[in-house]
Amino acid sequence: MTAIVDIKDLRVEYRKGALGQGPKVAVDGLNLRVHQGEVFGFLGPNGAGKTTTMNVLLGFVNATSGTACLFGVNVNEPIARQRIGYLPELTYYYKFLTAEELLRFYARVFGIPRAETDKRIDELLKLVELQDARKRPIKSYSKGMQQRVGLAQALINDPDLLILDEPTSGLDPIGRMKVREIIQRLKNKGKTVFFSSHELGEVETVCDRVAILHQGKLVVEGRVDELVAKYQTNLEQVFLKVVGYQPAQV
Amino acid sequence: MNTVLALSQVVIKELYRRKDFYVLFVLTALITLVMGSANFFNDDKIVRYLKELCLLLIWISALFIAVGASARQIPAERENRTIFPLLAKPVTRGQVVAGKFLGCWLACGIALLMFYGFLGAVSISREHEWLVLNYFQALWLQWIFLAIVIALVLWGSIVFTAPSSNATICVVLVIGIWGLGRYLNHVALQEREPLRSVIYTIYFLIPHLEWFDVRDKVMIHGRGLVPWVDCFLATLYGAAYTLLFLFATWLGFRRKALNT
Repeated sequence: MTAIVDIKDLRVEYRKGALGQGPKVAVDGLNLRVHQGEVFGFLGPNGAGKTTTMNVLLGFVNATSGTACLFGVNVNEPIARQRIGYLPELTYYYKFLTAEELLRFYARVFGIPRAETDKRIDELLKLVELQDARKRPIKSYSKGMQQRVGLAQALINDPDLLILDEPTSGLDPIGRMKVREIIQRLKNKGKTVFFSSHELGEVETVCDRVAILHQGKLVVEGRVDELVAKYQTNLEQVFLKVVGYQPAQV
Repeated sequence: MNTVLALSQVVIKELYRRKDFYVLFVLTALITLVMGSANFFNDDKIVRYLKELCLLLIWISALFIAVGASARQIPAERENRTIFPLLAKPVTRGQVVAGKFLGCWLACGIALLMFYGFLGAVSISREHEWLVLNYFQALWLQWIFLAIVIALVLWGSIVFTAPSSNATICVVLVIGIWGLGRYLNHVALQEREPLRSVIYTIYFLIPHLEWFDVRDKVMIHGRGLVPWVDCFLATLYGAAYTLLFLFATWLGFRRKALNT
C-alpha cells in the first residue's frame, strides 16, 4: 500500500527558557506510516507529542532529526501541502470575512479555477449546513458554526489527506455526529484521514488503525479491532493501560 | 503571484471592514472645511497656505494609515492563529510577507488617490486649474515613500513583540529620518572622530525619505516638475530599500517558531 504519511526516526526538541536546562524532547524516534484510504487515529495524553508531530507534518515546526513526508514529498516543501486539508483544534479564521469569502480566498491559494470554486463552495456549505449563513461575517457565528466553516475550508481543495486536530472539540452531540459522518464519507471516497482526538469511543467507531503516543514515544500501533481483541477490552481501557494510568485510591 | 494577490485582497478587505479607511472621510471633510474657508479671504497667499496645510494633513494621515495597518498584520495572524490554516496550505512565509506588504501598499495607494483626487477637485474650484503631472509626481513619490515605511514596519513587527511598540518606534524613526536625516552630514562635520564617522555611516545607511517629499517644489511654491529621471531614480532607490526591509522581514519570519 502507498504510504501517504511517512515518518522516520522523527525527533523534535524544544529549547527550554531557563539557563542550564537541557532541551525538552517533544517527539522521540517516531516511526509511522499511514496508508491510502485509512482513517488513522493519533492518540495520547496531553503533552504526548501529537500536536508537535502534526506541526511537523504541516511544516510549522522543523524536525531536530529524522524525516517526515506527505505523498513522498518532504514536508519542508510547500508543494507537499497541495493535497492536504487541515482543521486546527481551535478554529480561528478571518472574522471580518464571510464563510463564502473565506472559502474563495483559500480556493484561490490552491489555484482552483473560478467555476470550480463556485461549485465547491456551494457543495461544502451545503455539507456543513451553512448555506443560510454564507453571506454573514464569521465573527457572528457560534462556536459550532466556526468549527463547521473550518471543516469546509479543510475540504476546499478536495484533499487526499485530511489532518484533523481534535475535530469534535467543543461540538454538541449533533455536531460530533456530523463530523463523524463526514469522516466516514471521505473514507468511502478513498481519502486518508489522520486525526487526533481524546474521544476514544469516537476513535474506536471511525478509525481503522491507531497509534498511541506517550511522552514523545510511540507505545502502541495497530488495527483497532486487533488491539481490542488483544487486550480484551475497549479502546479507552487499552489506552489507559498502555500509558500506565493508575486509578487513585479513594 | 496568485497567492500573494489573494493575501493582499484579504488585507484590503480587513482595512475597510475594520473602518480604518473611514479616517479618510474625516480627513476629507476637514480638507473641505479648510479649503472652503479660502472663499472668505479671497487671497492667493492664503489659498497656498491652506493647500500646504492640506498636503501636510495628507502626509500625516497616510503615514498613520500605513503604519497602523502594517504594524498589526503579522502579529494579528499569529495572535488570532489564522496563520496555521494559512501555512497548512501551499503558501510560503515569503508569500505571506509579500501579500501583506502588497495589501497594505495598495490600500495606501487607494487612500492617496482619494486624498489627491479630492484636493485636486477643490483646487480646481478655487484656482480654476489642475496641474495633473504635478499631482501625479507628488502622489507617486509619496506612494514610494509609503512602500519603504510599510516594509520597515513589517520588519519591525517581526522584531518587536507588541504592535503598539513597533508602531510607535517606527513613527518616531520615520518622522526623525524625514525631518532630520538630511542634516546628519552637517552634524557630522561639526563632530570629532570617531563620532563623525558614526554619524556619516548613519547618514549613508538610512533611507532618505525627504527625497520623496516634493510638496513644496511641485505643489505649493514652485510649479515646476521634478525631472523625470530624478523621479525614476528615486523610485529605484525606494524600491531597493523596500526590498531590503522585506528581505529582512522574510529572514526573521522564516525562523520564527509558530507554536500552537
